[in-house]
Amino acid sequence: MSYIRPNIRHPQLPVNEIGFTRADYEGALSTLCAGCGHDSISASILQSCFELSIEPHKVAKMSGIGCSSKTPAYFLGNSHGFNSVHGRMPSVATGANLANRDLVYIGVSGDGDTASIGMGQFAHVVRRNLNMVYIVMNNGCYGLTKGQDSATADRGSASKKGVPNPYSSIDLCETAIQLGAGFVARSFSGDKEQLIPLIKAAISHRGFALIDVVSPCVTFNNTAKSTKSYDHVREHVNATGTFDFVPLKEEITTQYEPGKTEEITLHDGSAIRLHKATENLDFNSPRSAMNEIEKHKEKGEILTGLLYLNPQTPDTHELLGTTNKPLNSLTEDALIPGKKVLDTINESFQ
Amino acid sequence: MKPTDIQNPEYFHKVVDCQYACPAHTPVPEYIRLIARGRYSDAYMINWESNVFPGVLGRTCDRPCEPACRRGRVDEEPVAICRLKRVAADFKDDIKDRMPEIPSQKNGKKVALIGGGPASLTVARDLAPLGYELDLYDAQRKGGGFMRSQIPSFRLPEKVLDEEVNYILEMGISAHFDQYISSLKEILEKDYDAVFVGTGAPRGRDLKKLPGREEGDANIHVGIEWLANVAFEHTKTIGEKVLVLGGGNTAMDCCRTSKRIGGKDVRVVVRSPKSDMKASPWEIEDAEHEDIPIYENHSPKEFVTKNGKLVGMNFEIVEAVYDDNGKRSLKPTGEVVFMECDDVLMAIGQENAFPWIERDIGLEFGEWDMPVVDEKTFQSTNPKVFFGGDAAFGPENIITAVAHGHQAAISIDLFLNGKNVHDRLEPGTTLFTQKMGFHEWTYDNAISDDDRFIVPLAEKTKALSDRKLEVELGFDLKQAYDEAERCLNCDIQTVFTESKCIECDACVDICPTDCINFISNGDEDDLRSRLKAPADNKTQDLYVSDDLKTGRVMVKDENVCLHCGLCSERCPTSAWDMQKFLYSVTKAGKGTKEEAELECTK
Repeated sequence: MSYIRPNIRHPQLPVNEIGFTRADYEGALSTLCAGCGHDSISASILQSCFELSIEPHKVAKMSGIGCSSKTPAYFLGNSHGFNSVHGRMPSVATGANLANRDLVYIGVSGDGDTASIGMGQFAHVVRRNLNMVYIVMNNGCYGLTKGQDSATADRGSASKKGVPNPYSSIDLCETAIQLGAGFVARSFSGDKEQLIPLIKAAISHRGFALIDVVSPCVTFNNTAKSTKSYDHVREHVNATGTFDFVPLKEEITTQYEPGKTEEITLHDGSAIRLHKATENLDFNSPRSAMNEIEKHKEKGEILTGLLYLNPQTPDTHELLGTTNKPLNSLTEDALIPGKKVLDTINESFQ
Repeated sequence: MKPTDIQNPEYFHKVVDCQYACPAHTPVPEYIRLIARGRYSDAYMINWESNVFPGVLGRTCDRPCEPACRRGRVDEEPVAICRLKRVAADFKDDIKDRMPEIPSQKNGKKVALIGGGPASLTVARDLAPLGYELDLYDAQRKGGGFMRSQIPSFRLPEKVLDEEVNYILEMGISAHFDQYISSLKEILEKDYDAVFVGTGAPRGRDLKKLPGREEGDANIHVGIEWLANVAFEHTKTIGEKVLVLGGGNTAMDCCRTSKRIGGKDVRVVVRSPKSDMKASPWEIEDAEHEDIPIYENHSPKEFVTKNGKLVGMNFEIVEAVYDDNGKRSLKPTGEVVFMECDDVLMAIGQENAFPWIERDIGLEFGEWDMPVVDEKTFQSTNPKVFFGGDAAFGPENIITAVAHGHQAAISIDLFLNGKNVHDRLEPGTTLFTQKMGFHEWTYDNAISDDDRFIVPLAEKTKALSDRKLEVELGFDLKQAYDEAERCLNCDIQTVFTESKCIECDACVDICPTDCINFISNGDEDDLRSRLKAPADNKTQDLYVSDDLKTGRVMVKDENVCLHCGLCSERCPTSAWDMQKFLYSVTKAGKGTKEEAELECTK
């Protein structure tokens, strides 16, 4: 028996701007079920960080509990990681972010970890607009406890057990838009061409970025009557459009058909260039986004791609007016400014 | 691209780079696995079936398999295939009872084999079990041909050669040694039904026109003749200062032999740059290990004699100039260098020579006075006469001679059964799953990180003082196991079934060498430009599936696949399976393709 990943890699692996290959962003070998959508999402996160030339030690991977929350072990093996308590990843991420605002925070959660036990935490981290990427690996079931329907399972969808789910589902994208997230997208683990640019844009976005990724559970929820199976998603998926993520340094050379292409500049100067499939969607309008999502739902379709984007929302640090440096870089001078400063403060209260 | 036809036996054969590169198509990974399992006799027999001389080849083969080895493309060096073959020979048990049975009742057909080298012996090995009566003629006193006369004992001990030659001679072959055949006509006039010519390329090139050649004759020797004289102990010593002319493997054997029988200052002198030398890199290494210097860009100008005795040679220094087509010419610089010497050995190439074949017996000769021989059937224009080995198309090597022998034997068998020699049976192939259970395969799919192991050598001073002491000691069993584990098992194929694939990407994500892609189809160049990892090695095929549900296709670049099986491990639907592909070259006695097809339709 051997289930060991060889150490040999392709001899001509491409190198990114900081001299790393994809192999430098790998983690341990996945122990998830064969064919799990989560592994594709892990691979997409890895590919995105490689393409963005992010130094691995500048990333913190945060997760809760569940199949999804195991995945940070399987990518970015040289990054920071915190596998926290069930549904409590947002709190830990908030703490970490407040302490060190210079890291890229990638939170990985599941539909149970987010929409059930962690629903309260999720709601508030969105409200606070914490600068992080929040990826939900959404398979509509509790895979780790043998596939019970989760809160994101669509009404009427049936998993391996065969009993249709009687409850209505929580749409995490609509919830996030309602609660004021600046970046909301939905994707599918089986469509890396869409998912990778989305993750790259989400990392570049300042503030809370949600990507709800439909990720089929091959073991419990890849059935003919499930709305989160590979076949169902492929047959019912409808994208808002395609888009290119244009890093800061790249010059824009390609010409696009006017009217259908929209360019949105992100906070760090990079840009998202959207090629809209539907002219009805206004990415800057929460109402338009909700409208489009619901309209597709009525038709039994799953709307994927970027749904809502507002690059100008203030993030937690801005809202709280915190120091603009990571706490670990503050020296004694800054932390104990002395009597003079104290006097000034006291004076201000008089 | 069109979906890959994996039914074509050559598709997966090509993926097994070593086997594909081997002229005899020995199933290399299969015997390497047996070595790793300690089944040395079984490993030996697989070799013996295919290449007839595993012990000899495990020491002397030109190893076309090793430069082809996939491990060499993903690691610094290929698997030491050749030396593993030797392990099978060194550690096997008595295998006499595994030799084919020779029928006592003969089939009434008689075949003459001219020359006792690897080609003729292979024909004998294939035909004797079919009941043919075989007469083998050779001018030397023992069988083996050039394997005996050209390869020094310190590379190939006589015992090893005798053992493997005797396995064949003991198949009831009537061997006539010390008998030079001076007329093919006479042979044809006897009652032979067919004649096989495996007489090699027996004539060493000379520098007849170089000044001083005649005066210095007593100390100027043709390399291959001199090596034969040493092997048969007609020559026992050489002068202290020896110049060996030529840059091929024979030159390497000449200089190393000289060192052992009296040569002290032995030099190899080549006309070309060292990088253009024909000798195998490892043979050059072995010579240099024995402190033999190689002088490059020295073109022989004259033999210098004093009082009718050779005292040295003059060489003109040349410079290699390459034209736009990369064709080399050697431009004289005008500088002349004198080198003192007692003896000169000329190892500057071999030629075919057929002074004993009459030109009026219906056997046509073509360019360069070579017989016209069919490249597939090895039949000459005289249908009764077949050629093989160096005699067929000029100097090659042992493993090529063996491959020729197998094919010639098929032709002789077809011919003597009144069948069409061109109607040849295709190679036999099998393909079957290697899955044993969850995370469990029949083969060691974990990939070893070891570098190639170096074969231990005998102590240098000891080796140089004894011409018969084998220099290489061979791997011990621990080294053999570790080296065997470096093999990537390229014959365990990744077989893809479109209908089972759900396009979950699990295989794409897990593949350590980024071989697998799911993309829209295109022509080959287009596909190669769009794969996940560079795919610019066009000698390696792309494995393309039929259209999948999403309209995309699976494209796998075979180039650096490690055959680790992880794609199959991670596949939830068994769309990927690891299946062992065995490819066996058809042997004599199996009839024609037409007959086989008829058999199938019954």
